[in-house]
Amino acid sequence: MSSTDTHMDPALHSHGDTHGHGSRRGYRIGTVLAILLTFLPFWLVMSGVLQDRQTTAILIFAMALIQIVVHVVCFLHLDTRSEGGWTLLAFLFTAVIVVLTIGGSIWIMYHLNTNMMPMPDMGAPPQ
Amino acid sequence: MTDHALQSNGEAVTWHLAEAEDHDHGGNGATILGFWIYLMSDALIFASLFAMFGVVSTSYAGGPVPREIFDLELVALNTALLLASSITFGEAMPHMEAGRVGPTRFWLAITGLLGAGFIAIELYEFAHLIAEGAGPQRSAFLSAFFTLVGTHGAHVTVGLIWIVVMLIQLGRHGLSLPMKRRLICLSMFWHFLDIIWIGVFTFVYLYGVLR
Amino acid sequence: MTEHSLAKTIFGRLTWESFPVHEPILLTTFVVVLLLGLGIIGAVTRYRLWGYLWKEWFTTVDHKKIGIMYMILGIIMLLRGFADALMMRLQQAIAFAPNEGYLPAHHYDQIFTAHGTIMIFFVAIPLIVGIVNFVMPLQIGARDVAFPFLNSLSFWLTAAGAILVMTSLFVGEFARTGWLSYAPLAELDYSPDTGVDYYLWALQIAGVGTTLSAINMVATIIKMRAPGMTMMKMPVFCWTALCSNVLAIAIFPALTAAFFLLMLDRYVGTNFFTNDLGGAPMMYWNMVWIWGHPEVYVLVLPAFGIYSEIVSTFTGKRLFGYSSMVYATVVITILSYLVWLHHFFTMGAGPSVNSFFGIATMVISIPTGAKIFNWLFTMYRGDIRFELPMMWVVAFMITFVIGGMTGVLLAIPPADFVLHNSLFLVTHFHNVIIGGVVFGLFAAMVYWFPKAFGFKLDPFWGKVAFWGWVIGYWVAWMPLYFPGLMGVTRRVRYFHDPALQPWFVVAFIGALIILVGILGFVMSIVMGFVKRRQLADTTGDPWDGRTLEWSTSSPPPPYNFAFTPMVHDLDAWYDMKVRGYERPAQGFRPIHMPRNTGAGVILSGLALVLGFAMVWYMWWLAALSFVGLLAVAIGHTFNMKRDYYIPAEEVARTESKRLPLAAAEA
Repeated sequence: MSSTDTHMDPALHSHGDTHGHGSRRGYRIGTVLAILLTFLPFWLVMSGVLQDRQTTAILIFAMALIQIVVHVVCFLHLDTRSEGGWTLLAFLFTAVIVVLTIGGSIWIMYHLNTNMMPMPDMGAPPQ
Repeated sequence: MTDHALQSNGEAVTWHLAEAEDHDHGGNGATILGFWIYLMSDALIFASLFAMFGVVSTSYAGGPVPREIFDLELVALNTALLLASSITFGEAMPHMEAGRVGPTRFWLAITGLLGAGFIAIELYEFAHLIAEGAGPQRSAFLSAFFTLVGTHGAHVTVGLIWIVVMLIQLGRHGLSLPMKRRLICLSMFWHFLDIIWIGVFTFVYLYGVLR
Repeated sequence: MTEHSLAKTIFGRLTWESFPVHEPILLTTFVVVLLLGLGIIGAVTRYRLWGYLWKEWFTTVDHKKIGIMYMILGIIMLLRGFADALMMRLQQAIAFAPNEGYLPAHHYDQIFTAHGTIMIFFVAIPLIVGIVNFVMPLQIGARDVAFPFLNSLSFWLTAAGAILVMTSLFVGEFARTGWLSYAPLAELDYSPDTGVDYYLWALQIAGVGTTLSAINMVATIIKMRAPGMTMMKMPVFCWTALCSNVLAIAIFPALTAAFFLLMLDRYVGTNFFTNDLGGAPMMYWNMVWIWGHPEVYVLVLPAFGIYSEIVSTFTGKRLFGYSSMVYATVVITILSYLVWLHHFFTMGAGPSVNSFFGIATMVISIPTGAKIFNWLFTMYRGDIRFELPMMWVVAFMITFVIGGMTGVLLAIPPADFVLHNSLFLVTHFHNVIIGGVVFGLFAAMVYWFPKAFGFKLDPFWGKVAFWGWVIGYWVAWMPLYFPGLMGVTRRVRYFHDPALQPWFVVAFIGALIILVGILGFVMSIVMGFVKRRQLADTTGDPWDGRTLEWSTSSPPPPYNFAFTPMVHDLDAWYDMKVRGYERPAQGFRPIHMPRNTGAGVILSGLALVLGFAMVWYMWWLAALSFVGLLAVAIGHTFNMKRDYYIPAEEVARTESKRLPLAAAEA
């Protein structure tokens, strides 16, 4: 983004190894897993093979989480070594914050909706 | 390595680093990490939008519900396009490492075309919904749906502009180090958008139709 | 097309009525600002300074100059925010039945909104970011930040936001919705005028700047520390800067998203925070406070770092419990993200939610208390020099502890049901923000001023500033805890009960004493400049400092360090002094530096135009400036010449100027 020096850049070279030949295998595995983990949830929901909706929901969320990890590890090449572990630390911290933001907000707003007086047109049930 | 070792109290202390190391000026080594941190903050914008969607995901206000308006086949096609574009970007990277400009540009262009297809289908879906009277003003659920999916789409559009700029700049500068660095950032950005999409198709579309 | 609709196409909803020519207070302000502005422009033109300003300041990517510009912006906006405070205090001191006071409700509501918004977003944040910008790279032995251009862009975006807020004073009006513009009041149905739009666009533009700056600072601290400076040998101020900026990156997205959704409600007609069609107004409060509570830690953590540096320097001792200080900072960073609901205990969440957030809030006081003890133990048996920075630290400890304790009172949900939205709350947060953040910023400005400009601030006027602020603060705010406890609510323009008047008269007197403090601070700069030869710092180390910034000259050369220092100890410069370090006199090499660029100013200018156009519904101008933004941003990526070398001879010349001085010091 800023000062773009063209001739010496040790950090860039050291970064290269995370994208190097060693990770090509990981990348192929990631591709196969990603396709599988995308196909399965769509198939589960579109075919409706499982009668129980709750089980289906748990399965598709579990597969989404696994696929996110697959993408992060195989495509974004996140591991304990890259950038001295700082990218991993940043990722874990962000994951915690994401869980807190989404989980906390839904918990809080759910409480509000149950404790406050209902209004006539609030939360109209799905048809 | 040491050019100013001083004798003091009998012990040799190195006070300075030889400048050949050239470690200090900004931008180079820090770009990848800096861009990663930016992606994390962008992920948190999406987290907020997901939270908003989660809170109002059943606030239909008597309007249409997900099962009536979501066309899963279209979404599956869109998902396939975006995943394919992630994979083709992955094909470009080894060529970039090896400094082969031609194949890098080729795979980048393919990625861009797949991304453009994704955006086209999304625009079609949006236009269709609005024409049906299921626009973002209809209910809080639809507001959140259009905003979450639309923000992702806007990111992909930025990615497309970035790809075009990179295609032009690759022609001008070849695979110089700054260009490689930019390509690495772009690839991180593109994969990141695919990760966000996993959340979108699961939480918004599949789970929406399911419940 | 009729003339009317043509005007509407061009100017949107901007008409002659948008200019407040009928309001004498605003008109007077406008005339004064106009005369001042013309005077400054005239002087700059007269002395041919435009080229100098553009080349040396507006386009600079030097972290030191950007830091100084942040400070100037913060101080100017402090004057504006404080003027608002004085007006409110005067209104509340006289507006007792039957006297209506001098401010109509319409105007009063804008003033309290502007006061809060400006003080947090355009005073506290720029001052903190400015100090971090100036000091942190010097402390870690770096030559600049990781992304110098981004730094310039961040500053100018913040400045653009400030200009947009100031514009609302004279063109249209500002929000009347309180400093966080709660929904649904801030929705189009209830606030149809330009106020909330000004608010949203100004904060959105400035917020992008703050987020980018935070990313930049974190990358700098992680990647650019001098060799030998492990994380646990990093000065405490850098640790607090790191945690504060990590927190900023984590929370600003929530604010950006909340404002974005409110914008969509206002511009597109979505139903996020509306009362009908399924909207959830309380979700706005939720998102805004996910940002809001950690934000006070974003501000106060660097202040804690400042106090740590100053205490250690002026007691001549290593900081007591360095590692516990670091862990306390990290713990506060994480805990601060778990307490946001305590800002709306009363909204109707159940007991489990309220008790979780109440307990989490109380837990935060533990690491904060640990810090207070660390400072006390550092001072214990130290050789304390009561110079100005140290005086601010002591004032902080006394004042802040009380604010912290009233905070713990507020953390108890049942107590909060009584105290919510009362003056008790308002007094509490002024207690911690003035006592914690503002005192820290003044301590920092006094402490690092000689480093930035080469001379100390005038000590007499510095003391006037100190006593004015400290006495003024205690007189203005401490009494207000009592009416607050009795149930007087905030943001009240007019009181029916004359028995309350003495409290507000005392508060107004306190505000006047703070005014003395503010003028004293301005005078300490002016008189410092007048007596700059007498107060000059020739050594680079005027306070007998302990960290690396004091090893450079005052002011430091553009490249900061001719040779990148090697660090062996936590107090690196103290270590160097003790072990007989000598400044190298030869062997200089060319130094690689980032080149100045005007892209940051231009992009921010376009963002400003975009914000203004959107506020006034001038769609053509908005579209044009948006396309312009994209084009300039893309165009900037085609500029590959972003660096240059300072030749070795020039480095040698700069360093030799300082050598005789260094010899005199030894």
